[in-house]
Amino acid sequence: MTKPFIAAQGVHSYYGPSHVLHGVDFRVNRGETVALMGRNGMGKSTLLKSLLGIVKPRDGEVRVGGTVMTGRPTSRIVRMGIAYVPEGRGIFPSLTVREHLLMVARRGAEGRRDWDYHRVLETFPRLAERLDNFGHHLSGGEQQMLSIGRALMTNPELLILDEATEGLAPLIRREIWRVIAAIKQTGIATVIVDKNAHVLLDLADRHVILVKGTVAYDGHADALKANPEILERTIGL
Amino acid sequence: MSVWFILIQVLNGIQYGLLLFLVASGLTLIFGLMGIINLAHGSFYMLGAYLAYWLTGATGSFALAIVLAIPLAAVVGLVLEAGLLRTLYRRSHLDQVLLTYGLILIFNEGQRLLWGGDVHSVAIPELLTGSVRLTETLSYPVYRLWVSLVCLALAGAMYLVIQRTRFGMLIRAGACDRDMVAALGIDVKLLFAAVFAAGTVLAAVSGAIAAPLSSVGPGMGDTVLILCFVVVVIGGVGNIKGTFFGALLIGLADTFGKVLIPDLASFMVYAVMAAVLLWKPRGLFA
Ligand SMILES: Nc1ncnc2c1ncn2[C@@H]1O[C@H](COP(=O)(O)OP(=O)(O)OP(=O)(O)O)[C@@H](O)[C@H]1O
Ligand SMILES: [Mg+2]
Repeated sequence: MTKPFIAAQGVHSYYGPSHVLHGVDFRVNRGETVALMGRNGMGKSTLLKSLLGIVKPRDGEVRVGGTVMTGRPTSRIVRMGIAYVPEGRGIFPSLTVREHLLMVARRGAEGRRDWDYHRVLETFPRLAERLDNFGHHLSGGEQQMLSIGRALMTNPELLILDEATEGLAPLIRREIWRVIAAIKQTGIATVIVDKNAHVLLDLADRHVILVKGTVAYDGHADALKANPEILERTIGL
Repeated sequence: MSVWFILIQVLNGIQYGLLLFLVASGLTLIFGLMGIINLAHGSFYMLGAYLAYWLTGATGSFALAIVLAIPLAAVVGLVLEAGLLRTLYRRSHLDQVLLTYGLILIFNEGQRLLWGGDVHSVAIPELLTGSVRLTETLSYPVYRLWVSLVCLALAGAMYLVIQRTRFGMLIRAGACDRDMVAALGIDVKLLFAAVFAAGTVLAAVSGAIAAPLSSVGPGMGDTVLILCFVVVVIGGVGNIKGTFFGALLIGLADTFGKVLIPDLASFMVYAVMAAVLLWKPRGLFA
């Protein structure tokens, strides 16, 4: 079995008194594309934040590259090769497109420089036209591209995308999916949370479905396609 | 009142305003980035003045005193940030005000223990003692011009750092959304510590170069602190450009207030503040 790049075991997370994750096991192997699915409020974003240490798990363990990172600062965890495209995109209103990209540029593991400023702009030509625009002057689609482009500038091993196509026009959405598929081809592992289950069924290597903060399904796309009742039961598709 | 006299007051006002800017910029950056209201910021100004007094005496050189004061102030800033202020980042403003007010008392007491309650003076360095002759009777001291130039140079450097460097981008980004900055792999604690130390150094350097202009004495940080808060408020909290023009405005208001209506000197500053806030409640450039 391949060693996972990131692995959570028995993770319990809370917001104050409210218990959101109830002992979740979750892993992503190197180069693997994992779809994280589940209805609204089932804990998908909370699981991603628990992996990153944004939410500190109260119980359980998160390992990155074999090292226990539970409770460590987010910046340390991220520096091990993770890039995060959050729900809501996390764009800074008072920074320009160029600044968003240059601000975080860094080499990846073993000094990899696959992604740089020019490659990101080639991937998102629309950003190249808006280099001097501030974050709050961008459309939703442009912000999303910027958030993904910024993530790539860190040359990550693992890219985490939370609702990357949410609220976008169909044309832009297709553009984003095209880029995500291209990123997958480069060997970067990805975790994708998205409402569009059909695209995920074709794109992802593995699917994990959360129901009320526990893993209800973890398996390959073929098995899911063969048993559509699983999807119907867990996410109502 | 002659044109020359007014020119001199304008130069004085600008010089004082630029000095206020250096102190207030640290205050507003620290508030904008970390959400910390630091009442002890004026004490850093006082610290700088006393360091200039003490080190000039010890080394015999004002220039050397300033060079030495910079790392000392940075250490004071780093120690306070790591030891005390770091615990306040997510706390209420009331807690911050209480703790940093306590710091003022500690600084004042420390100053009394180390240097006593007397008022001291620092000589203007030899090279800068001259003055520029304006008319038969009026002249302008070179040292004041030098202070203005140093402040302008530092303000320009600060502008470049904030606008052009990665460090500056991180400061601006952190002021919007520090959690997102952390999620990009940036050590926000380190960023905060660096900005706090930079603010401390700026305030201390201001105090040090102002020392030969005014006397060095107890409570000298308080006046500056209050004026800096006025500057921060009219400049718009966290807004460096607003702080710059706000500081010039207050520097001029304070200077002209003292000349025109000596009995009500401080009135001028608050009148200007009230006028600005009526016109632009959220600051000059909001
Ligand atoms: N900051 C917060 N404080 C308190 N409760 C929260 C917070 N964020 C999320 N929750 C709650 O935790 C539960 C899980 O939320 P989470 O955002 O992880 O769900 P999700 O699966 O990502 O849903 P969605 O599809 O709506 O994004 C929900 O009941 C939500 O209301
Ligand atoms: Mg979510």
